[in-house]
Amino acid sequence: MSAQSAASPTLLEMHGIVKQFPGVRALDGVDLEVRAGEVHCLLGQNGAGKSTLIKVLAGAHQPDDGHITWDGAPVTLGDPQAAMTLGIATIYQELDLVSGLTVADNVFLGRERSRLGLTRPAQANKAAGELLTRLGHPEIRPTAEVGSLSAAQQQMVSMARALSQNARLIVMDEPSAVLDSEEVDHLFQVIRDLTDEGVAVVYISHRLEEIRQVGDRITVLKDGRTVATGLPVQDTPTREVITLMTGRTIEYVFPPRRALPEQEAAPLLEVAGLSLAGSFSGVEFDVRPGEVVGLAGLVGSGRSEILETIYGARKATTGTVKVGGRKLRSGDVAAAVSAGVGLAPEERKSQGLLLGDPVYQNISISSLSRFTRGGFLTGGPEKAAAREQVRALDVRPPDVDREVRTLSGGNQQKVVLARWLLRDCRVLLLDEPTRGVDVGARSEIYALIRALADRGVAVVVVSSEIPEVLGLADRVLVVADGAVVTSAPADELDEHKVLDLVMQGAVSTSGAAREGDVA
Amino acid sequence: MAGPLGRNLGLVVALVLLCIAGLVTAGDRFADVDNVLTILRLAAVIGVVSVGMTFVIIGGGIDLSVGAIVALSSIWATTLATQAMAADFHWIVMVGTAILVGAACGLVNGVVIAYGKLVAFIATLAMLAAARGLAEIIANRRTQIVQDQSFIRFFSGDVLGIPTLVIIFALVAVLGWVLLNRTRFGRHTFAVGGNAEAARLAGIRVQRHTVYLYVLSGVACGIAAVMLMARTTTGSSTHGTLYELDAIAAVVIGGTLLIGGRGTIVGTVLGVLIFTTLSNVFTLNNLSSSAQAVAKGVIIVLAVLLQQRVANRNPRRRGLRGGTPEAAGTSIPGSPSGTPTPGAAAGPTT
Repeated sequence: MSAQSAASPTLLEMHGIVKQFPGVRALDGVDLEVRAGEVHCLLGQNGAGKSTLIKVLAGAHQPDDGHITWDGAPVTLGDPQAAMTLGIATIYQELDLVSGLTVADNVFLGRERSRLGLTRPAQANKAAGELLTRLGHPEIRPTAEVGSLSAAQQQMVSMARALSQNARLIVMDEPSAVLDSEEVDHLFQVIRDLTDEGVAVVYISHRLEEIRQVGDRITVLKDGRTVATGLPVQDTPTREVITLMTGRTIEYVFPPRRALPEQEAAPLLEVAGLSLAGSFSGVEFDVRPGEVVGLAGLVGSGRSEILETIYGARKATTGTVKVGGRKLRSGDVAAAVSAGVGLAPEERKSQGLLLGDPVYQNISISSLSRFTRGGFLTGGPEKAAAREQVRALDVRPPDVDREVRTLSGGNQQKVVLARWLLRDCRVLLLDEPTRGVDVGARSEIYALIRALADRGVAVVVVSSEIPEVLGLADRVLVVADGAVVTSAPADELDEHKVLDLVMQGAVSTSGAAREGDVA
Repeated sequence: MAGPLGRNLGLVVALVLLCIAGLVTAGDRFADVDNVLTILRLAAVIGVVSVGMTFVIIGGGIDLSVGAIVALSSIWATTLATQAMAADFHWIVMVGTAILVGAACGLVNGVVIAYGKLVAFIATLAMLAAARGLAEIIANRRTQIVQDQSFIRFFSGDVLGIPTLVIIFALVAVLGWVLLNRTRFGRHTFAVGGNAEAARLAGIRVQRHTVYLYVLSGVACGIAAVMLMARTTTGSSTHGTLYELDAIAAVVIGGTLLIGGRGTIVGTVLGVLIFTTLSNVFTLNNLSSSAQAVAKGVIIVLAVLLQQRVANRNPRRRGLRGGTPEAAGTSIPGSPSGTPTPGAAAGPTT
């Protein structure tokens, strides 16, 4: 915060922002100072208040206290229109687009240009096309319906929308989350062009290495407060940033592995010759109690489908799944669950949780029969059992009556795990368990998964992040094009090796014909 | 609005098939110009109501009170007091009254829904009961005769052989099409119905827009009331009975999604024509109205089933956390290509 010489003028200053929601103080005195032409990174764990802060900045939330200064003058951002008029554009993480409208309609939504009351589609299409070309995506047709685009393309439409506002400050909430590395590079180029023109960018990301590449200064939020502001990106070690975000130094992100379970132990989960037409074929592996097996592979390689087929959510074309020596009926989730298989799906919010229900109901939902007497639910024991899990997993806040919606990503994931713990499940299938979970909470999830394995659970983890699979699993299966191309102990593999395997598989066209289990 | 013809092709085919059925079973009686004009005249009143309904449904709402509003408007516009004023001044007073009453009912609907946060279904159900009740009170359950002959002459006449009622319907449909597809108002209607939060964040005043939509529907009901008064030469508290169902049915088979965000005026107009032609063909063949009702029910189900089939053939991929509403209920949606994963890029970089 020391006065730097020749610094650009301050464009935005937020001071002491407080935002209270029923039961939660989301922002508790946040300061943010953004200069013209800089990329200002906003860091913080899930639940630290980043999203609330940018909604305040976008005029979507009204702060309960604090001042906002824009270009030296105090302002009130009464509604989204007010923020846009000042020149603040926001790209939300949740892709706030209208899927039934065209690309051009979405780009200019709320600011449609019209003559004599009639809109001018041709003009809008042309302008939208130019913006998308500038973003390096001329292939996105302005007349295409947004609902038919991929998530990455939709992200580009959001970007075009922000650009079209000729904003002086653009807020980007995890813009890289749905982009591949080439697209991210292009995004960074666009950001640099913008800042060269004096536009300020507030950049939010969970990926610290991105911030190294593109950021100028950092503001760190924790528990609704600013813990550091205006740190220069180049002079701040990553370790210090993580310490600021989590409030502690992370020594070991991954928990230590136990000595490998005795080879003689009978496998708990046996997958043999499992195939799903059009997705994967000939998948074979065993998981012994206490073992964590990781599936590494690209999106679309079939890894998620393998988990879903084991779980019975998809009906296998051929092959068998055995749990504890008993064959499961294919395509029958109830049978899998009663045999002790649990799945924590990738799309936590839409597939894993009842967001509007309290924590305890989410935890007990798969074990309800235990809490019924004469067909009626008994509330007391149900809550008590949930409370025990909440305590064991350190779900924060430790309130079983709170709606799951209000928890951060990491804590929501813990609730999903708690559900299967309460059910005493023996085989746990985890699909991207740390997606949307920030650095600090990640290590907690890792420790939890390892602790589960130590209790004798057989765990299968799918992740796109290769280091995560390598650090967490005992054994790694590399999946490419619907086939397991390698199976090896995690300590015999490294990131480059796995990456090579994954890429080769992706290039190969006859991946499905490959042999199932090489090791 | 890609391929309006393609989107409505099924409806056009259905209409053509119906016409062929009419030709085969009733021959010249069906193909007669007077008969065609009768179909159009019948379609006109419900058509105007349906255009208003299309806006409400695309905007994510529903209006169950349209029939009752038509009744109340027709009664209010034909009271002794209104007719006396009309006699002193001009029959336009009756038209103005009907439209104002419709707009006022719509305003109440809209305010209760947008600012009172009542579910549209409940709010307009209440209006359905209340408006018809009020109509009965005002009319003392008697049918009110329209005295002004020039009013009847104007609206029951024709221009170049085309009935005035049909011209009004055509005008309303064209204006509705322009409003929906070529103005900010229309664009905002799609946005409010498709993703209200996105609309709000884009600076659209969602609540105010919702009120406008119900006022628009109310105005359409007022216009329909005038047309009905001309056709029947009466105002009655039984006018417009079950119009809500006919209008919703026409809108839905016209391809408008009941969850909002998608829909077309052309589809609605075709929907109205299909139902009216169906009635006509049945009547010409001396089939009872009960048989018509059964056929109507079957058509609604078939049309929606067909639409879903078509929709499934081109699966629409939504945002990461969106998920289509259809898929939300099933266990595990998500195809390899259907849900792009953000972690995809994380592998090499982390």
